[in-house]
Amino acid sequence: MIVERPRDLRTKKILAHGFLLIFLVLIMFPFMMVLSISFREGNFSVGSLIPENPTLEHWVLAFGFDYTRPGGEVVSPPYPVLIWMWNSIKIGVIAGLGVLAIATISAYSFSRIRIRGKAAMLDGLFLIQMFPTTLALVAIFAIFDALGEVTPLLGLDSHVALILIYLSGVTLHIWTIKGYFDSIDPALDNAAAIDGATPWQTFRFVFLPLAVPIMAVVFVLAFIGFINDYPIASVLIRSENKMTLAVGARLYLNEFRYLWGDFAAAAILSGLPITVVFLIAQRYLVKGLSDGAVKG
Amino acid sequence: MSVTHDLPKPRPLPRLLVVGLVSAALLWGAFSLYSMGQPLFGAILLGLATCFAVVFGSERFYGSRFIFPGIAAVLIFIAFPVIYTIWIGFTNFSSFNLLTYERTIEVLTSRGTVDQATEQPFAVASDGEAYRIWLPDSGLLSDPVSLTAEETAALSPAAAPATLLERREAIKLREGLGLLTLETPDGQMIRNTGLRSFASVVPEYVRTDTDHLTRKDGTVLTANHEKGFFETEAGEQVPPGWRVNIGFDNFKRIFASEGIRGPTLSIFVWTFAFAGLSVLACFSVGLLLAVILQWEHLRFKSVYRVLLILPYAVPSFISILVFKGLFNQNFGEINLIIEALFGIRPNWFTDATLARTMVVIVNTWLGYPYMMLLAMGFLQAVPEDHKKAAALEGASALRVFFTITLPQIIPPFLPLLIAAFAFNFNNLVLIFLLTRGLPDIPGTVIPAGQTDILASFTYRLAFDNAGQQFGLAGAITLIIFLVVAAISYANFVAMRRAAQRRSGRPV
Repeated sequence: MIVERPRDLRTKKILAHGFLLIFLVLIMFPFMMVLSISFREGNFSVGSLIPENPTLEHWVLAFGFDYTRPGGEVVSPPYPVLIWMWNSIKIGVIAGLGVLAIATISAYSFSRIRIRGKAAMLDGLFLIQMFPTTLALVAIFAIFDALGEVTPLLGLDSHVALILIYLSGVTLHIWTIKGYFDSIDPALDNAAAIDGATPWQTFRFVFLPLAVPIMAVVFVLAFIGFINDYPIASVLIRSENKMTLAVGARLYLNEFRYLWGDFAAAAILSGLPITVVFLIAQRYLVKGLSDGAVKG
Repeated sequence: MSVTHDLPKPRPLPRLLVVGLVSAALLWGAFSLYSMGQPLFGAILLGLATCFAVVFGSERFYGSRFIFPGIAAVLIFIAFPVIYTIWIGFTNFSSFNLLTYERTIEVLTSRGTVDQATEQPFAVASDGEAYRIWLPDSGLLSDPVSLTAEETAALSPAAAPATLLERREAIKLREGLGLLTLETPDGQMIRNTGLRSFASVVPEYVRTDTDHLTRKDGTVLTANHEKGFFETEAGEQVPPGWRVNIGFDNFKRIFASEGIRGPTLSIFVWTFAFAGLSVLACFSVGLLLAVILQWEHLRFKSVYRVLLILPYAVPSFISILVFKGLFNQNFGEINLIIEALFGIRPNWFTDATLARTMVVIVNTWLGYPYMMLLAMGFLQAVPEDHKKAAALEGASALRVFFTITLPQIIPPFLPLLIAAFAFNFNNLVLIFLLTRGLPDIPGTVIPAGQTDILASFTYRLAFDNAGQQFGLAGAITLIIFLVVAAISYANFVAMRRAAQRRSGRPV
C-alpha cells in the first residue's frame, strides 16, 4: 500500500473512477427518469430521456392549479398534493417537537440523574425499541376506533391521534441524545451543583443549550421518519383531505388510473424540500447516527 | 452528580397546586371514559393519574420526574398496543364480530319490518318554531314537534293545515323525522319509513331476557357467548356478532388448516430470506463503496459521497413508488431498456421469482447508503499500521482487506446489522408500496402473496380485504412478536459485547 508503482496507481485510479461513475449512472437513472417523465406529455412513459414536446401540465397540476391544454380542454388536479404536503409537514413538525421534548429530558435523566432501577429501565428501553409500531397496527386501529366513540378528536381520521402514536417513536432518539450527554464532562454539572443549581436548573441552563446541535439532528431524523411513515397513517387516516403525502402519493399509481406523469411532478415537488434539508444536514446526521447508534 | 439531591426545593406550594389540578383533570378523564363504556382506557388513565400524582407530588421521586414522560409514552403507546394486539389474537374480532354484546343487541332490536297495510303519505306543516305532521289519508294532525331529538307525539283528527311545506323543504328535515314516533288515536305507533310515507313498524327482534331474543316469526334466539353470535336452536347464526374470547382457536387455525399453514410457512421463510438478503446486499455494496471512497489517492471524494447518499436522502415512499413505475411491465422504463437490449419483457410483478428479485434490488438501492455511511466511520478506526505491515509482508490489497480490515470492523458493525435485519423483517412500507405482496400464492384460504412478508401479510389480513380478520392478524402478530423478541435479545447481547470490547472492561 505504501509502495505504489506509478503505472499500477494510474490503472487503479481509472478503475476506481470508472466503477464509481458506472454506479452513479445506475443510481441517478431513476431520478433522471422521474424528472424527464414530469415534463412529458400524457401519463405514460413513452419517449426519450429528453422530452420531445416538453409540457408544464403535470407541474401546474401538482401546484394545485387547473391546466388548459392547447386544444382548450381544462384539466383539474387529480389530488390535493399541497394539502397532503401541508398535513405531512404539520404532523411531522408537531410530533417532532413532542419527541424532542420527551427524548431530551429522558436522555438527561438517564445520563445524569441517579434513579433506582435505571440500568433495568435502560435495558427495557433498548429491547422495546426493537419492536416496531407496525406490530401493533391492529391494536392501534382498535384503540382509536373505540376512543373515537368518546371523542372524534382521538378517533380514526384524526391528526391528533396520529401525532400521539408518533410520540412513541422516542426510544431511538433517547439513545442518540443520551450518547451525547454521556460525553459531556461531569465536572460541568458538578460545578453547577456546587453553585446551588437544582437538577432541573442544571438541565435548563447547562445541558439544554449544549444539546442544541444534537437536538437539531434528532429533530431532522424524527421529522423524516414521520414524513416517511406509511403503515400507521394509512390505518388511521381515511379521508382524502386528511391524508399525508406517503398515504396519498400511492393513489397516483393505481392500476386502474395510472397517473405516471402527474405522480412524477408531485413526487419531485414534495420530495425536494426534504432531500435538500437532508443533504444540508448530512454531515451532522452521520455523526449523530454513528454516535448514537454505537453507544450502548 | 449526587450532590444535587438534598438541596431544598424552592416554593413547593404552586407545584403541588399544579400537580393537584392536573391529577384532578386526569381523574375526571378516567371517570368519564369509564362512564362512557370504556373501562379499560379509564383504568389506564387512572393509573397514569396515580403515577403522576405520586412522582410529582412526593419529594422522594424527584429524579423519576425527568424520566416519567418518556416512560409513560413508551408504556402507553408501545407496550399497551402490543399487549392489546396479543389479546386480540385470542378473540374472534373480525368484520363479522365487530361490536360489543350490548351494541349487537341494540343493532338487532332496532331492525324492523314495515307493515305495508298501514303505510300512508304525509306532509309537514310549520307551526311557529315547531312542526306538525299531517296525514291526509286518515285526516290526522300531530301535536307540535321540534324534529331535533327523539320524541313521541299524539295524532288527533283535524282539518288540513293551511300551508304545507314543499317536499324539498320537508326532505331537509328527514333526520328529525327519523327520530319521531306518532301515536294514532287508536294507540298504534307509526314511524317515518321513507321520504313520502309513515307506517307502523314491527320490530324484527324483541329482547325477552338477558340472553334471549324472539324473532318476529316466534323463533327464540339464544346468545352463544363462546362463538359470539345469536343462534337459533338449529344452530343458525344471526349476524352481526360480538367479540368474545376464543382461546387458542386462531392459533389452531394457523397451524391446522393447510390453506393457512402452507402460505404462512412460506411467508415466514421468505421474510427471513428477504431480511437476510437485503442486509447482506446493502452491507456488501455499502462497504465496497466505503472502501473505495476511503482510498487516499482518490479525488472528488466529497462529490462522490454526496451523490452516493442521495437514495437515502429522498423520502423512501417516493423512491419506492418511482421504482414501482419504472418496473411496470407495459410502459416502465426498465422494461423498455431491457427490450431494446435483449428483446425480452420480464414480468416483474406477476412472476414470483422476478417479483422477489425486484423487491431485494429496490431495497438494496434504498439501504446501501446507510451502510456506506457507517462503514466510512468504522473504516477510519482501523489502524493504518496494521495494513501497512501486512502490505510490506507482501499481502495483496484484497488479502489485507479480508484478513486485517474486515475482522476489525465486523464486531462494531454486528449490532447495527442485526438492527437492520430487524428493520427489514418488518419493512411493511417497501412491500406494501411496491408489490402489495402480489403475486398471490395459489390455493390459499386467506389472502397471501409471494412477496408478502409477515408484517404485510398481517396488515392485509387486518385491513385489506372484505372479511377483516383482526383476531387472526393478532395471532400472527404474536408469532412475529416472539421472533422479533429473539432478534432484539440477540442484538442486546451483541451490543453489550461490543460495548465491553470497546471499553476493555467486563460489565
